[in-house]
Amino acid sequence: MNALSLRNLTKIYNNGFEALKGIDLDVEAGDFFALLGPNGAGKSTAIGIISSLVNATSGSVSVFGHDLKRERAKAKSCIGLVPQEVNFNQFDTVKSILLNQAGYYGTPRKLALQRTEYCLKQMDLWDKRDTVSRRLSGGMKRRVMIARALVHAPKLLILDEPTAGVDIEIRRSMWQMMQEVNQQGTTIILTTHYLEEAESLCRTIAIIDDGRIIEHSDMSSLLARLHIEHFVLDLAHPLAVAPMIDGCQIERLTDKALSVAVPKEYGLNKLFSELSARNIEVISMKNKSNRLEQLFMDLIESKPAGEQ
Amino acid sequence: MNYSIAFRTLVIKEIFRFIRIWPQTLLPPAITTALYFLIFGKLIGDRIGTISGAGYMDYIVPGIVLMSVISHSYANVVSSFYSTKFQRNIEELLVAPIPNWVILSGYVSGGIIRGLLVGVVVTLISLLFTAIKVHHIGITLSIAVLTATVFSLAGFINAILAESFDDISIIPNFVLTPLSYLGGVFYSVDMLPGIWQTISMGNPILYMINAFRYGLIGVTDIDIQMTFIITGGFIVTLTLFSLYLLHKGIGIKN
Repeated sequence: MNALSLRNLTKIYNNGFEALKGIDLDVEAGDFFALLGPNGAGKSTAIGIISSLVNATSGSVSVFGHDLKRERAKAKSCIGLVPQEVNFNQFDTVKSILLNQAGYYGTPRKLALQRTEYCLKQMDLWDKRDTVSRRLSGGMKRRVMIARALVHAPKLLILDEPTAGVDIEIRRSMWQMMQEVNQQGTTIILTTHYLEEAESLCRTIAIIDDGRIIEHSDMSSLLARLHIEHFVLDLAHPLAVAPMIDGCQIERLTDKALSVAVPKEYGLNKLFSELSARNIEVISMKNKSNRLEQLFMDLIESKPAGEQ
Repeated sequence: MNYSIAFRTLVIKEIFRFIRIWPQTLLPPAITTALYFLIFGKLIGDRIGTISGAGYMDYIVPGIVLMSVISHSYANVVSSFYSTKFQRNIEELLVAPIPNWVILSGYVSGGIIRGLLVGVVVTLISLLFTAIKVHHIGITLSIAVLTATVFSLAGFINAILAESFDDISIIPNFVLTPLSYLGGVFYSVDMLPGIWQTISMGNPILYMINAFRYGLIGVTDIDIQMTFIITGGFIVTLTLFSLYLLHKGIGIKN
């Protein structure tokens, strides 16, 4: 069953800007799905329409088989949204934010109290339950938004750039939380600009650009299409100039570090042989950039000229 | 889907909001109206004598009570809903499976409750200065509730259409306060010269204050049936307009 189905979804804003140009998209139940795209591509508009914050111009949205127009309450009950920016009442306590949200979804008080305790404990916020939310740190506020989105036990959780601007420690703890939530059966749709995040968490990916879906496949088959891998090599001895090797692109980053672009068919053994032949000793190597980031850039840049 | 839980959640949230900030919401009307009663009712009123057979203090109490109900029911909804928009926690409501009529009735109920609570506070203050014997409890309560409903709805529409905090202060300062003062709080419309009497008849607050005065002390300048027709008409019109704005997402959705 599909957790989400979009059909010919369009959005034209009052100023004439066409944010979505008829997108079709299916997200399977239980999936951890990445919706990626550059700024202004239409991600937030699509999420806004799915979560009823933006009116669609035309097209349909179905959530677990419930049409968003015809079975509005049933469709909305399935969705939990974690928006990009903090949007809870900053004068409310953490506990009351969750209890109110549960109430909006028609959760009886006793169950709402149980769910609030469960979600706050899951997000490691139970100790902060009586704290006024404006006194929380940025990372805690993000976790409050995730807890709030989970309090009515949604079947589909939409996270719109949940880790934007948070430090790496909080980001990694949030990744772990998201994985746990997904493992418990909740379908997750994630938008992010951190492609490393999408690559390590998501099983399926869609890339949206200029209001159209330009790629939709599972992560592993998408990554398999990557032709060139980028590495950073740390050298044992300093180099004055970057070596020239046919078939590879090499740049000198520092006197003891090189950036190397290696085509898959070229192979790393051959690269190291060539470097050894030039008396260049490599002591360590790492991926220069995230692989998905490279693919993403390739897909965005390979659009026909008229679509820019 | 049980909408009564969502409605109750909204109303309780609204009540906690204005009680939490009681020095801004409940204390000022108590102080302001005590000064009104002291200066206009006691010091000046003793020299004015009676209007339509009622002592001046008794005559101004209903108008001052209802003026407080009007301004506070309006202020509650306009400030609460606009803050909800401004802080973007309106999104909590838009994402949730709450029908528009529940959102509207939740906020309006909050405004009615605050308006009536302030009305009770002001009435209690007035008892320090005069002994009011309620003439008709049914009319008194129904006019208070209907008036609070009209101005809660008006506050809701103002909040939806407002784009800045300035926009939510224009109507209370430049429309509600003048109309309330010109609505016969401190005088009988019969005391006005001809043309001003006619103009005053176009002020809906005049009808509300007079009907409330009739309920409280049995004195009125107008036919109180007109008040029920006017407030009923306003409630229906403003409710339909509010629901239209919510349905279209004007002022709250992109």
